[in-house]
Parts: sequence; structure tokens; C-alpha cells
Amino acid sequence: MSDHEYKPSSKVGKWFNDRLPLLSLANHLTDYPTPKNLNYWWTFGGILTFCLITQIITGITLAMHYIADSDLAFASVEHIMRDVNYGWLIRYVHANGASMFFLAVYIHIFRSLYYGSYKSPREVIWIIGMIIYFLMMATAFMGYVLPWGQMSFWGATVITNLFSAIPLVGEGIVAWLWGGFAVDNPTLTRFYALHYLLPFLILGLVVLHIWALHVPGNNNPIGIDIKKPSKDTVPFHPYIVIKDGFALLMFMIVFAFFVFYSPNILGHADNYIEANPMVTPAHIVPEWYLLPFYAILRSVPDKLLGVIAMFASIFVLVILPWLDTSKIRSAVFRPLYKQFYWILIIDVLILGYMGAMPAEGLYLLVARVATAYYFMHFLIILPVLGYKEKTIPIPLSIMEPVLGGSANLSNIKKKESIH
Amino acid sequence: MKKIITITCLIFLLTIGGHQANAAEKTDLLKIDWSFKGLFGKFDRGSLQRGYQVYSEVCASCHSMKYLSYRNLSEKGGPEFSVEQAKAIAASFEITDGPNADGEMFTRPGKLSDKFLMPYANDKEAQAANGGAYPPDMSVLAKARSGGADYLYSILLGYVDPPEGITLDDGVYYNKYMYGNNIKMAKPLEDDLVEYSDGTIASEEQMAKDVVTFLMWSAEPHLESRHRMGFKVIVYLIILTILVYFSMKKIWSRIESEV
Repeated sequence: MSDHEYKPSSKVGKWFNDRLPLLSLANHLTDYPTPKNLNYWWTFGGILTFCLITQIITGITLAMHYIADSDLAFASVEHIMRDVNYGWLIRYVHANGASMFFLAVYIHIFRSLYYGSYKSPREVIWIIGMIIYFLMMATAFMGYVLPWGQMSFWGATVITNLFSAIPLVGEGIVAWLWGGFAVDNPTLTRFYALHYLLPFLILGLVVLHIWALHVPGNNNPIGIDIKKPSKDTVPFHPYIVIKDGFALLMFMIVFAFFVFYSPNILGHADNYIEANPMVTPAHIVPEWYLLPFYAILRSVPDKLLGVIAMFASIFVLVILPWLDTSKIRSAVFRPLYKQFYWILIIDVLILGYMGAMPAEGLYLLVARVATAYYFMHFLIILPVLGYKEKTIPIPLSIMEPVLGGSANLSNIKKKESIH
Repeated sequence: MKKIITITCLIFLLTIGGHQANAAEKTDLLKIDWSFKGLFGKFDRGSLQRGYQVYSEVCASCHSMKYLSYRNLSEKGGPEFSVEQAKAIAASFEITDGPNADGEMFTRPGKLSDKFLMPYANDKEAQAANGGAYPPDMSVLAKARSGGADYLYSILLGYVDPPEGITLDDGVYYNKYMYGNNIKMAKPLEDDLVEYSDGTIASEEQMAKDVVTFLMWSAEPHLESRHRMGFKVIVYLIILTILVYFSMKKIWSRIESEV
């Protein structure tokens, strides 16, 4: 993995490193040449690592006090909130941590979309990232079921019922998922076991994600290949470490604000009502980070096709590196793509909003148009754009102006500061 | 940098806006200045103690509060009755305990460690006694309704005569803030329904305010320490962020690049 030969200075260090090259690895990580023009959108990788570790630590602590039993789960959460020392803090960090995790992952994904980080040679990083994202959604969904409130119960009922749309085996699969004939104690206990397992799979995939990143190295805002190490790069430590640290602290201030001053604003009030299979809530709404997919699901009139559309909306992202035919990575040099990019963002925000609204009348119509546009963006606009778009000439390196004068570079610099 | 902050805030405003638009399908709620709102929000101790009185004299005959114990009444950040007062309150309830050495259940005066006495033996009995409607447990009620404290306050003061043309079934009352306007709880508060020992005039609004403050505390018993800790944490983070910012500037000044 190391780009150059590393020799520990001490004898003990050399002895150990010959047997297990951990010191070489540490040296690789600190020396890792990073493009010097990375902007703050690139700090979310570090922020996401922080989020995952926070969720695992708070989660394990909660697991010491939580009881996965349909009669006791709700009361055990109240026990954590009232009687466990700083239990309220641990639970609120964990609950809001999920939202912060998704906020960061969405920024991370949309950064990749803007700067074309998913393109060759980084397709594997992107696909691993998408698997992580998918596992995150599964983990978050199962975590939301554990407090066994009304939204937990009915959310679990709605989502698991989706599988009944599968022809022939659907009903069987649902009963298998439930461990019975309705969402009940067996469902809760298996969700708990999986909610504990999946984060460690995510952790393993994060290691692969970073490993795959360290093969080609980071993309950068102008999206060109750079020589490493060179005048265009800085060592990861201390330059990127301190910058990531600064961004992480800013992020933690926002995080702390939610935890201490509006810990329940991102949740649903109904989840403080204990699960009751006899009473259905007026609106069953998933957590905010799943709303765009929920909107896509509901905008298709047929149940099976709706489920397919929902999964397809994630799958188009997986195959995105081959759907985007443009050779230019960064949107900075793609004037048309840049506009479609912002339209896509608005489209996804609209989908999220519609996911929170009842699926009827105008809401449903808008959700359908937005769903159609979402797929059109990836399946039609992106492939065509690669051939039709007239791109701006790209510079040869980060530090040197593009051939034919420095006007372009100052133009780029200006644009950089806008984003 | 500024752009990042703006966009981050925007995304959050949108998501929060979405949630609230979702909830805002009812009449505008009555709003008062709760002492527990805001960065330094604290409970009004007197209000909490009066609120407990209203709960125990008015609400407790139908509504349980199963996650609270009598000891909570003397804990810091709550009504802060003295330990003696809390013991006396607990002892005024007959708690069923057992089985004893002979295998029989017996009753004894309540202790600090006992949970609040339940008004009904089970949900079915509660429903039977209330015309089929189950009086919800009040432990976390203030968090279990969108609108929170404002919603509970509005419901308590929202009993009006039904508009013309609307007839109500027996045991159903009209409340302008209730979803669908029909509520099975009779108007619970009247002026001077309880007698406050601290001389506060027990108007309907005062009692509603006191009992809702009490319910907010019961739903969020650590609210005060959460606010206190939050302020310290955020001040600490801001100072650290500033220090790290200047360290970053210093480090990046070694090379010819902006950060």
C-alpha cells in the first residue's frame, strides 16, 4: 500500500514492522498525498467516520440498559431517559446522531455527484459507498423500531409489508421476516439483533471504502488527475487532519444544538405513545431521511411496481458511473450538467417534502412528476449529456493555469469560492 | 465557508418545516411564554408544585403516570418537594404489596420508591369507566402530542359550546383544539377547583399552566440539566473551534494555498 519504502527508526519498531507492517500503514496514512485544493465539502468523510463511531459507542451503552421485549421495550427506554445516569444524553445523542449521520451522508453523496467523484477510476469506492448507504438505511429503520412506540410499530408493519408485493412467495417472506403472523415480539428481537450487527458490517465496509480511496487517491474540485506527491498535494497530516478537525467541530456545534435544545424535533410525537396494534396512527411517516424513497414508493399506483421503483431509485445510483458518459469529472467545467445537478437537488427535496404529505390530490401528482424526473435525470439526461455538452477546457494541474491564458483559472477560482 | 453554513441551515429548515407543516393541520394553538423554553429554560418550582396538586386532585382519578415514582417529586430539577414532604405524599397512598410470607397480598402506605398509584387495575377497567375511551398515561404525554405543552394547554382551555348544527353524542364534548373537535374527557378545570396553599389564585388559566408545566417536567425530568450542560458544551465547542481555526490558518500558511 505504501508509496515509498518506510523504515522505522528504532530496532523494536523495525522488528515489529517486519512482522506486521502497522507502522508502515500509519506512515502511509499520515503521509498520504492529498490534493491541496480540497474544499470543505470534502470534510464530510471524516465527519461520517465520527458519526459511525459515535453511533456505535452510544448504541452499545444503550444496549446495556435496553430490553428487547414487546412488553418491556418502551418502559426500558423510559428507564434510560429517567433513571440511568446521563441516559437521556446517551439516547438523545444516538437518536439525533442518526439524523446527523444521514445529513452528512447526503452532503457526502451530493458532493460526489457534483465533482464526479464516482467516475473512473473510483467506481469501486462509489459502489462500496452505496452499499454502506443502503445498510445505513436498513440499520436506521430497524433502530427506529426498537423503542416500540406507535411509529416504530406501524412503520415496521408498512415497510415489512412491502415484501408481500413479491408474486407467489411474498406472503411467505413477510411471515418469515416477522417470525409470526404480525409484527410482534419475534420481529422486535430479530430487529434488535440485526440493528446491533449491521453497524459492524458498515464499519468493515468503511475500511474497504477508505482502502479503495487510497489506491487512486482523492478526487478534487477541478476533477483532474494529479501527480502524487507533487506541488499539487499536501501530506494528510497535519494539513487535512486539522482542516477535517475544524469542520468536524463546526458540525458538532450543530449536533449539540439538536441534542441539547431540540432533541425531539426530528422525531415524531407518536413514537412517545407505546405501540398498540389496535390503533393505527392518522399518518404513518418514516424518518425524514427516508422520505424521498417513501414518496417514490407511493407515487406508483401498483404496489409491486412501487417497491421496484423504490429499490431502482437506489440501484440507478449504483450503476451511475456507467450512466454518466461524460469524460469530464467536475461540474465546474460542465455548464449544462451543473444546472441539471441543481434541478436534481430541488427534485429530491420536493420528493422528501411529498413523502411527508398525505398521498392524495396535488401532492400525489407532484410526487409522480418528481419521481419521473428523478429517473429521467439518471437514465436519459446523464447519458445524453456526456455526448452533447460543450465543456469548458480543464487546467493541466491545480497550481498551473490552463493552456491559453490564466483567465480560465481565475474564473475557476471565482466559482470555487462560490461553492 | 459561509455558503456551507447557509446551505446546511437551509436543509434543516426545510426538513423541520416539512415536519411542522405536517403537524399544522389543526387550529392555531394557544401560546404562552413557558419558563422552560429557550437556552436557559428552567421550570418554575412553584408552578411544578401547584401542577402536582392539580394532577393529584383532578387528573389522577382517571390518568395514570406509570413511569414516575414518588421519589422523583423531591429530586433536583423537579418540583423539589422536601424529602419529608415527598414521603408524606407517598404515605398518603395505599399501595398493594406482596405476597407476604403467607402468600397473601396486603396493603401498606406508599414509600418513596413506589411508582405513582394507578387509578385503574388495567386498561379494560379504565375504558369501561370512561365510556370506551382510554385516558392516556400522562408520564410522557407532553412529548407524545405534536404541539407539546402548547397543545395540552390549548386542550385544557379549548372547551366551548359546539357551533350551531352540531349535535354531540352522550359523553362527548366539544373542544376546538381536539382533532375532529370531539373529546370524551369532560371539561376538567373550573375556576377555584383546587385551593393553592401558596395563595396563588386558582384561575382556570393558572391551573392549566401549572399542570402543563408539571406534565412537561414528568415527560422530560432532566430538562434543566440538559439545558445547563448544553450551554457549557456549546461554549466549549465554540472556543475550541476558534482555537483550531487559528491553528489551521497557521499550519496552512506554510504552503502556498488557501484553506
